[in-house]
Amino acid sequence: MSKVTSLGEAIARLVPDGASVALGTALEPAIPFAVVHELIRQRKRELRLIGPISDIAFDQLIGAGCVARIASAWVGNVSAGLAHAYRRAMEQGIPRRIAVEDHSNFTIAQALLAGAIGAPFIPTRTLLGSDLARANGTFKESVSPFDGSPLLLVPAIRPDLTVLAVQRADEEGNAHLWGPWGVSQEAALAATAVLVIADEIVPRSVIASDPNRTVVPAWKVAAVVGQRGACHPSPLQGRYRRDHDFYHAYHAATRTVEGFEAWIREWVTGPPDRDAYLAKLGERWPALREDGGPRAAEARF
Amino acid sequence: MELSAGELMVAQAAREIRDGERVFVGMRLPLIAFVLAKRTHAPNAIGLFELGVVRDAPAPELLYTMGDTPNVRGAVWCARTLDLMGLLQRGEVEAGFIGGAEIDIHGNLNTTAIGPDRAHPLTQLPGSGGGADIASLARRLIVIMPHDRRRLRERVDFVTSPGYGTGAGWRERVGLPRGGPSVLITTLGVFRFVDGVATLASYHPGASVEAVRAATGWPLVVASDVRETEVPSGAELGFIRDHDPTGFWTRRSAE
Repeated sequence: MSKVTSLGEAIARLVPDGASVALGTALEPAIPFAVVHELIRQRKRELRLIGPISDIAFDQLIGAGCVARIASAWVGNVSAGLAHAYRRAMEQGIPRRIAVEDHSNFTIAQALLAGAIGAPFIPTRTLLGSDLARANGTFKESVSPFDGSPLLLVPAIRPDLTVLAVQRADEEGNAHLWGPWGVSQEAALAATAVLVIADEIVPRSVIASDPNRTVVPAWKVAAVVGQRGACHPSPLQGRYRRDHDFYHAYHAATRTVEGFEAWIREWVTGPPDRDAYLAKLGERWPALREDGGPRAAEARF
Repeated sequence: MELSAGELMVAQAAREIRDGERVFVGMRLPLIAFVLAKRTHAPNAIGLFELGVVRDAPAPELLYTMGDTPNVRGAVWCARTLDLMGLLQRGEVEAGFIGGAEIDIHGNLNTTAIGPDRAHPLTQLPGSGGGADIASLARRLIVIMPHDRRRLRERVDFVTSPGYGTGAGWRERVGLPRGGPSVLITTLGVFRFVDGVATLASYHPGASVEAVRAATGWPLVVASDVRETEVPSGAELGFIRDHDPTGFWTRRSAE
């Protein structure tokens, strides 16, 4: 059964106010900015965001007032520095106060792993002695019942929705993702539902020709959206490069509340949809494309 | 062109990588240090990137993030964050790089927030990323940061990435399996950790023990054989400038 739908319909149906949403799960690449922008356009509120390194995606949602809480290892602008909207929310309560569950990349991966495998928690040795162990607020310090050594217990995270941006998927949601996966698979398997946003929708035979590349099986997927360029300015391996200048321009433009709001009007609420956004990029967009990269060696099944 | 502090730090950091080691590389200056080490004394070093990339050859062009597409082409493994963090926890990673906003004399780093109350920070910083994991679990830690009194503090407001806690023996007591900072490379000098205490081993050309003391927020401990930092060779500098021709990482001022 086809689950293909429009981005607007998918967000309206799958993201009620207050939902917990994991996105940006591959870390710096494959960040579904088209989804971030649709969440802002639909004025979603009280979201609980989950993700390791959001590279300005969380910053935009926080600045737009969509977020009540984040569980995250890092919120910033990877090549430009600090995230101004996140700073304003934490330091001044602008546009509102948000709650933070501080993680490291390993603990958020382990929390999602626990969710993915139906375990209540994962024991770890990372963060012992770090103030994160207590500041997070959900961890428990314990000892191993086997040898008495100190452990940190990281409870499961089970997102209501995980958003995966991928190169290709079939109409039912079987999705191929290549390049680094970060915590994508754990986040998808831990979630109640998955939204797949694919650069390209392909016949099932393409997916079935290379099942090792499948990151999530169709039954986890509630909706499939076909949208080229959904990750700009982040990169999507084999499709397009990272637009470094766009990140640096965002950093410069969003130093003030007024600057942030103007940026959102220009790039998020102004363009009616993603194709209009890509058209607005003009010559930059085709210059970022890398569809002609090297091919993987053939593997016969 | 005059030698920049960034270039000097990269050259120092590269020397901390030994041939054949598995290294959690991180971002910014450490990325370039890894490239330099691979091209000079450590051709068999292996780079691990926390988003799930393993490389035995440096990326052919300057990276702005570890997720840039050139860092994936030619990699030997695209994995999950859990795979690489798991190997780190097992003790299979010899060294890791991190930076921070604040550090204390025992090498504890803060990248979370400035101010006494985490929930209401004076300055919100980006957070741990994988830094606290690398600090907890790598066999040794290489720290790189700009040097001033606001950054090298007697006590940090928040320990994101544990160093030696309150001193020698602390890591064992809290249950950390190994590791701790081996070196702190700043814009003014190089500190080695002796019994959990940052000890000035060298000051950069143009600086001095007194200049370092004036810019350090803790009572400075100086090695008996303190000397001037060795400057990079012409070949080393050539590799650095070849890789970062516009100086995006090595000639910019730190935020």
